[in-house]
Amino acid sequence: MSAYQFVDHTYDVVVVGAGGSGLRATMGLAEAGLETACLSKVFPTRSHTVAAQGGISAALGNMGEDDWRFHFYDTIKGSDWLGDQDAIEFMCKEAPSAVLELEHFGVPFSRTEDGRIYQRPFGGMTTHYGKGIAQRTCAAADRTGHAMLHTLYQQSLKHNANFFIEYFAIDLIMQDGECRGVVALDLATGTLHRFRAHMVILATGGYGRAYFSCTSAHTCTGDGGGMVLRAGLPVQDMEFVQFHPTGIYGAGCLITEGVRGEGGILRNADGERFMERYAPNAKDLASRDVVSRSMTVEIREGRGVGAEQDHIFLHLEHLGADVIHKRLPGIAETARIFAGVDVTRQPIPVLPTVHYNMGGIPCNVHGEVVTRRGDDANAVVPGLMAVGEAACVSVHGANRLGSNSLLDLVVFGRAAARHCAEVVKPGVGHRALPADAGDLSLSRLDRYRHAKGPQRTAAVRLAMQRVMQNDAAVFRTGSSLEEGCQKLAGVFQGLGEVGLEDRSLVFNTDLIETLELENLLLQAAATIHSARNRTESRGAHAREDFPERDDEQWMKHTLAWVGGDGQVCFDYRPVQLQTLTADVEAVPPKARTY
Amino acid sequence: MSRASAAELGRLRWRCRRGMKELDLLLAGWLDRHQDSAGEPELAAFARLLEQQDPLLMAWFAGRGSPEDPGEAAIIRDITDR
Repeated sequence: MSAYQFVDHTYDVVVVGAGGSGLRATMGLAEAGLETACLSKVFPTRSHTVAAQGGISAALGNMGEDDWRFHFYDTIKGSDWLGDQDAIEFMCKEAPSAVLELEHFGVPFSRTEDGRIYQRPFGGMTTHYGKGIAQRTCAAADRTGHAMLHTLYQQSLKHNANFFIEYFAIDLIMQDGECRGVVALDLATGTLHRFRAHMVILATGGYGRAYFSCTSAHTCTGDGGGMVLRAGLPVQDMEFVQFHPTGIYGAGCLITEGVRGEGGILRNADGERFMERYAPNAKDLASRDVVSRSMTVEIREGRGVGAEQDHIFLHLEHLGADVIHKRLPGIAETARIFAGVDVTRQPIPVLPTVHYNMGGIPCNVHGEVVTRRGDDANAVVPGLMAVGEAACVSVHGANRLGSNSLLDLVVFGRAAARHCAEVVKPGVGHRALPADAGDLSLSRLDRYRHAKGPQRTAAVRLAMQRVMQNDAAVFRTGSSLEEGCQKLAGVFQGLGEVGLEDRSLVFNTDLIETLELENLLLQAAATIHSARNRTESRGAHAREDFPERDDEQWMKHTLAWVGGDGQVCFDYRPVQLQTLTADVEAVPPKARTY
Repeated sequence: MSRASAAELGRLRWRCRRGMKELDLLLAGWLDRHQDSAGEPELAAFARLLEQQDPLLMAWFAGRGSPEDPGEAAIIRDITDR
């Protein structure tokens, strides 16, 4: 290992990831006067948050009556009662101030004629506990995510946060169950950096690329989840993977739900608006899991469109070119380039496509990472926090509502910064790192860098993606999940036999993609094993062999630990069914219909 | 044959990593097709193009406006004309 030298850094707090949650945390930390480093493998405005076009939810009531309690109810119902009601209360109550704060920072939200923030309807968002349709989603045209990233990055710089851009975080530095820092590779110079900190905040996003067909950018490899699993900590509720109903058939590129919010309609091969049968009230605006399953049933029963009858049409023609170009400009372009259709005249071919991971690193409402230790299901892991899609607080439970993701990012990014400001005092001294700090990172880096096996990283990744797509998709069943678990064990063997041609450390994309693949694969294993283990259907997890929700057995969070060989073991945490305060009443479980 | 070093090509390939999958596909696709044949000026133009913001790149690919830089504009045309 002596061939490698570390450059050492010390900060109060280190944030890994510069998407919406990482930047909101970074901004808040720097504003509070903490010495803050933010590490990102890509330039901040190229984080996947930029793809969030739909908007951010908050019960502002600008377009009619609304109340954060309605939003609270919708989110719990959307979560199929796997969401923790204390965390959901916190998020929905904080939403209006979090959005107004973004406006204050400079996010250019679209406006109503009288100058208030324009709000549009979104799937699953209602008023009066399911009775009316809420207009709750705020958007900056079709660039909400980009506007947020740009604004939060500028604010972070203004408060003198330190950015380490094109730094790839390899592993956490752990000591006796406590996180002491993180090791990262500077891609431009090939130098290794050891960051010591009182707190490490993982804001590394989801792991959509574990699947073959996903809307996620190539950068979404869930690196934080991989780091946590290698540190011997669990991930939570990984079986809950959201399929977005409208990925473009073939390319997987996303057509935002805002299209259906503005009146877009799904039709089958008979031209039927089939969502009227599955969700008589909400129709095309039912929750994502409901729409994805309905589309899958239509296709299976022979009513799919196209030569192979294997997809569905999304129609916008009836909206007229004016509405399309004014309210949904990016959509026309995406559809033209990736589906070859003119949306003012032709429907878009679409298919449910992996879009979001409800599961992630288990956290409490402050963002502190938790695990189960004996009887304590909420044992805090000192020195480690997580926010955004990488985390599982859990506000999304078994299914996330559209436009609750951007909200999650800013609310919990802000909360994490606040918590650090309370517990970390600026300038407090640091203990020396343990003698072996960074060894895990070095050994993995060195092993892959010099790996001479017959397997190619891209081929191993593809094998993993095929297993996940075939055996852990919209509908799941015990036998295919079992088969998938076995096949995935073979993929782990493949990773062990990988070989790289480029031995350099400077912009060695093969090496980085191999480190990312290990992160993906550990989480793929957690996902498919947890799916096999959970013998019920809830939210995005639909078991054909166990079609009902089973609150008696399964109203609990799955904790999954994954060994380096892909072996998975489980424990559980209870779902928090009590609210945080007396401001709102808990919503007891009931059947979920739209 | 490209005169770019492995590290320079690696840097370009890494910077094809975008926030939007659409751009990942379009930009990495161009590099796949041209990395062996492109000359230094063309690769330099591609490097400049990669410095642009994602929504702007999406707009250019959709035909809404185009880069002032002729080299960048040529790459956009090469991608959209396929």
